[in-house]
Amino acid sequence: MSLLRAEGLTKSFGRTHALDGAGITIREGEVVAVMGPSGSGKSTLLHCLAGILPPDSGTVHYRDHSGSDRELTSMNDGERSELRRTEFGFVFQFGQLVPELTCLENVALPLRLSGMKRKDAERAAKDWMARLEVDAVADQRPGETSGGQGQRVAVARALVTGPKVIFADEPTGALDSLNGERVMHLLTTAARETGAAVVLVTHEPRVAAYSDREVVVRDGRSRDVEFAR
Amino acid sequence: MSIGHALLGLLEGGPRHGYDLKRAYDERFGQDRPLHYGQVYSTLSRLLKNGFVTEAGVEAGDGPERKRYAITDAGVTDVERWLSTPEKPEPYLQNTLYAKVVLALLSGRSATEVLDAQRAAHLTTMRELTRRKADGDLADQLICDFALFHLEADLRWLELTAARLDQLAAEVAR
Repeated sequence: MSLLRAEGLTKSFGRTHALDGAGITIREGEVVAVMGPSGSGKSTLLHCLAGILPPDSGTVHYRDHSGSDRELTSMNDGERSELRRTEFGFVFQFGQLVPELTCLENVALPLRLSGMKRKDAERAAKDWMARLEVDAVADQRPGETSGGQGQRVAVARALVTGPKVIFADEPTGALDSLNGERVMHLLTTAARETGAAVVLVTHEPRVAAYSDREVVVRDGRSRDVEFAR
Repeated sequence: MSIGHALLGLLEGGPRHGYDLKRAYDERFGQDRPLHYGQVYSTLSRLLKNGFVTEAGVEAGDGPERKRYAITDAGVTDVERWLSTPEKPEPYLQNTLYAKVVLALLSGRSATEVLDAQRAAHLTTMRELTRRKADGDLADQLICDFALFHLEADLRWLELTAARLDQLAAEVAR
């Protein structure tokens, strides 16, 4: 059964048609790579799927933790924001950690925003930092860590709330091969252990090879090889 | 892979008999393609004839007696020469995939389908190698990485060709 399903998405920025009838289906717990050349619309597809951007037309349905079908495309900003905070996790290429906070505070932040007490939030954050092998930088600020460590801190923060879907947009784009592989290995291992689905936008085939299957986006249209059969 | 040079390199650590050499080779380099005994003994006999190895006694065991082989000075020189000579880079100019794309365009079939099917097949192999890497030791990781980087190069070519199909179709139609 599908967890997240988008159909007929269109999205334009001025005269540029970023999405032109794209669709995708994500099942529970699977890792799906969204591939395609630069400017093909793959990041816009991720943003529409995750409720960050509203599409111009088309629908996105999500089955939440209680099993209810919810249509993201008919929610208001506040509802989408709430859904993102409680059900989704995000890993981007750059600039996602708050520079003034320590790494531990960064990882604990989503839990604190949901009202959890500091002590409990930081305990959960520490567990996740250990799983992502970055417990040693807990007290450092993001600017004091290496690129690979910072990205693993970001993965820990994406996982700390127990999301059902993790959206990762070029998560290794700024890393060298070795650090990129470590991030991908730890991200996909943790996601498989917790049962979270991963929507992984990448143009790197070696990163896509960590997925269970791929969807190709070209000229704003997606080709979901499996579901097209 | 030059089996002769690999066996000579393994003999630099000390004399070994044929079975022992085969086992050492398979463990380090055999991966999915272990050596046949016939290959080991025919290679050793050639190395012996060329003076790169010499017989170094017979090892008595439960089964038949086993000859031990040792590397000679000429053998060491040959290994050194092999190691210091760069492998000739593959020119990669004979390309089945390119031929398939052109023939699909010439015959009015879908070149996009050819490219997409190939992309899917490549990614399936890359996933298998990635899983094997996750479960393997450093040797496994390096061997799989070599394959993964080469497959990735193919995939980048597939992507680039997909982006240029209209242009190629126009040229092929001329």
